[in-house]
Amino acid sequence: MAILRTEELTYQYSAGTPFEKTAVDHVNLEIEEGAFVGVIGSTGSGKSTLMQHFNGLLRPTSGTVYLDGTDIWEDKTKIRDVRFQVGLVFQYPEYQLFEETVFRDIAYGPKNMGLTENEVKERVLETAELVGLDEEILAQSPFALSGGQKRRVAIAGVMALRPRILILDEPTAGLDPMGREDILAEIRAYHKKTGGTVLLVSHSMEDVAKCAGKILVMDHGSVFCYEDTAAVFRRVEQLEQLGLSVPQVTKICAELRKRGIPLGNDIYTVQEAVRQLAACYKAKKGGASVC
Amino acid sequence: MLKDITIGQYFPGDSLLHRLDARFKIVMTLLYIVMLFMGEAFYSLAFGMVYCIAALLLSRLPVKLFFKSLKPLIPILLFTAVLDVFFITDGTVYLEAGFLKITEEGVLTAVRMVVRIIFLIVGSSLLTYTTSPIQLTDAIERLLAPLKKVHFPVHSFAMMMTIALRFIPTLMEETDKIIAAQKARGASFDTGKLTDKAKALVPVLIPLFVSAFRRAEELATAMECRCYRGDIGRTKMKQMHACMRDWIALGVTLLLLCCAAAAAVLL
Ligand SMILES: Nc1ncnc2c1ncn2[C@@H]1O[C@H](COP(=O)(O)OP(=O)(O)O)[C@@H](O)[C@H]1O
Ligand SMILES: [Mg+2]
Repeated sequence: MAILRTEELTYQYSAGTPFEKTAVDHVNLEIEEGAFVGVIGSTGSGKSTLMQHFNGLLRPTSGTVYLDGTDIWEDKTKIRDVRFQVGLVFQYPEYQLFEETVFRDIAYGPKNMGLTENEVKERVLETAELVGLDEEILAQSPFALSGGQKRRVAIAGVMALRPRILILDEPTAGLDPMGREDILAEIRAYHKKTGGTVLLVSHSMEDVAKCAGKILVMDHGSVFCYEDTAAVFRRVEQLEQLGLSVPQVTKICAELRKRGIPLGNDIYTVQEAVRQLAACYKAKKGGASVC
Repeated sequence: MLKDITIGQYFPGDSLLHRLDARFKIVMTLLYIVMLFMGEAFYSLAFGMVYCIAALLLSRLPVKLFFKSLKPLIPILLFTAVLDVFFITDGTVYLEAGFLKITEEGVLTAVRMVVRIIFLIVGSSLLTYTTSPIQLTDAIERLLAPLKKVHFPVHSFAMMMTIALRFIPTLMEETDKIIAAQKARGASFDTGKLTDKAKALVPVLIPLFVSAFRRAEELATAMECRCYRGDIGRTKMKQMHACMRDWIALGVTLLLLCCAAAAAVLL
């Protein structure tokens, strides 16, 4: 059974005023337990709004969100438990840091869960290691850290809840290429280690291509498609029409294919491109030696 | 959500009220407030009410908006009404029970007070609903210009107001976001004792202040980079010109004010 499911989910901002805006429009989705789902779409396509429904921060204007088959709004008093099960890391999460030390900031969530001091400590140390924060950093003030480190602390603050579903809203926004790679690697490591469900929101396909098994493409508040990563990247032209940039390697391979090199149309990582190109090269060389 | 508070917000439009000169609108709003509070008689109050309703219709804004702006005031209105009804004990007695005494005078005062507050809010929201913050502060700067003679920093004052108004929505949005982010980590703001509730605000206030200071610094740098140095030698891109309709509107307002004054004195 799907861990998360939505049914005709619709959300309007400022409903009933001149500023009314439908940000999520009749979305039907099913997310399997343990999956790594990439969520892409151009800016303003409703990704963040949709994500905030999954942990009950926004209440649907109409439609339903099911977690393990129960409507999360069935019992309003239980919504806090939903938030512990579905962890959401906001865009630019470093702006939510507030404690005196990194340790205490990461501990904020687990403490809210009502865990004992020992459990809290264990979780903080475990997540800090997962995102690559050294022990001496834990005693520092979060405001004294670099941008990338601050972001790690903020992400760890949500991971420490040990949510069954972890949602990250543009976790690499505003970081340099190195910082991006590092954060993505840590998220992959988290997925591998915990086996939990991960939703990674991004407007960069390059980012999601590396991690996600399935991709949800949003457009103007609706689901454009929700398929396996390879299947999504076969729609290069459609995606470009939506204003999304396809990974560079996919573009190059498409061009090569046009010029008669027999590559598959599902290449979205450099490794896969290298593998297929090497195979082509070998096949060609083999053919040549026959002559 | 904090965003649903509409007092002080601007709703762009092209109605007569939107097009009036902001300076005149401010003066007219002040005259209107005088009109509301001038007389004790209902007849005198009626002029202000008619004036406000006419302006409301001319603004072509949805009436729903005004009801929404009144919603947060309901407790204050009820409080005022109850106070008046129970504590004014002159005039014909309607009802007496123990130490409670409800009199004609009390009920009348309560109704008057509630009507006045409602119209005060609706009338002054009309000013901000139909005037952009930039126009508003620009107009205030011009209206206060005579104070420059006594070395009152009119320009800095207006600039401060512009910036404050400009950042209210930004900070509200930011507050909403921070609250949401802390809720995602299990913060709860509406359970527990009063002290718990106060403590729950710390994770919201600290990031909010940090970001406000950061924004202030960035803005100051940006302004300095563009050579801002107060109003010395500064010209305005948008000049304000009063035209016929502004004078007519002011004339109508003054006329109604006189009528209201006459009604207050004579009736
Ligand atoms: N707090 C808000 N109030 C009003 N409109 C909003 C708000 N947040 C987002 N929107 C609007 O909803 C739409 C979807 O926004 P969002 O979910 O943030 O998109 P994305 O995360 O894909 O960039 C956008 O058109 C945006 O302008
Ligand atoms: Mg977003």
